[in-house]
Amino acid sequence: MKVIELRMTVTSSNDRDAEELRSELKERGIFLVNLMSAPGSGKTTLLSRTITDLSGRAEIGVMEADIASDVDALRIAELGARSIQVHTDGMCHMDAGMTRAGLIEMEGERGIVFLENVGNLICPAEFDTGAHKNVMILSVPEGDDKPLKYPLMFRKSDALVITKTDAAPYFDFDTEAVKRRALALNPEIRIFPVSAKTGEGMEEWESWLLSEWEEWRNA
Amino acid sequence: MHELGIVKHVIKTLGDVAKENGVKRIGSVTLEVGEVSGVVIEQLVDCWNYFREKNELVKNAELTVETLEAVTFCTACEKTYRTVDHGRICPFCKSKETYLLRGNEFSIKQIEAELIDE
Repeated sequence: MKVIELRMTVTSSNDRDAEELRSELKERGIFLVNLMSAPGSGKTTLLSRTITDLSGRAEIGVMEADIASDVDALRIAELGARSIQVHTDGMCHMDAGMTRAGLIEMEGERGIVFLENVGNLICPAEFDTGAHKNVMILSVPEGDDKPLKYPLMFRKSDALVITKTDAAPYFDFDTEAVKRRALALNPEIRIFPVSAKTGEGMEEWESWLLSEWEEWRNA
Repeated sequence: MHELGIVKHVIKTLGDVAKENGVKRIGSVTLEVGEVSGVVIEQLVDCWNYFREKNELVKNAELTVETLEAVTFCTACEKTYRTVDHGRICPFCKSKETYLLRGNEFSIKQIEAELIDE
């Protein structure tokens, strides 16, 4: 028996797969955006509104990752967007290999593809899916202490979308505190408070998305 | 089942390592896990014992888990303290402006292996 010193992070094989997938998708013309949040944060509602608002300006596809159901994929398909459902079979996150397998179904698709990751603030942050941008969604009813409880997710995200701002009067939610806490963890993070219901703030989020997509295409 | 996914990744990584180093069988695996990495060691070991049966390379590999102490740094008074004892609030000056220095690690430290040409 020979001792082999490794000191490798456990996720290193996934990190390599994710890098490969990112360049593959560049060839295929798919800009992959990984959406992470807790269950019930309004991911599907935010996506529905974004798809409707950007119709004619961007081709959008959605890959829904769920432990077992297909209710979200059906909601997205009703809008006419290409939508596929991936079942993680009990796993709490998507990794690069699962993302690649799911994207085979998106053959021929170009444009923006959203990966709606499993609703969970912990595990998805630890596994690189191969996405070009990571976006976290935090809804007002969840509370403004989330950056303190789930710091890794805030560190890994390029943007934070604060949803359900129309419900703010009913909750003790301090938007400025969230911004301060999120920026302390990740000074680069872009923050977009929105209400997909009233449309407030949607334009800023959508312009950011379009400009990131454009920058990626020109890179 | 966070640990299930982690074990699958550990075994996959070990498969790559084995290919690169000409390893026939792995006799033991040592992991380093930070105290606040969020991994439940008992569950990790259970998942390991379940999965290793399905893989020739690691079938007989014993898993050892070494815990690394978590340490937090306070930006207000610039002292460090044990995260597990005091959490986010600095025990010296009561400031909340603190961050984790270490304790979030999760890595494969080393393996004992039988090489193909042995």
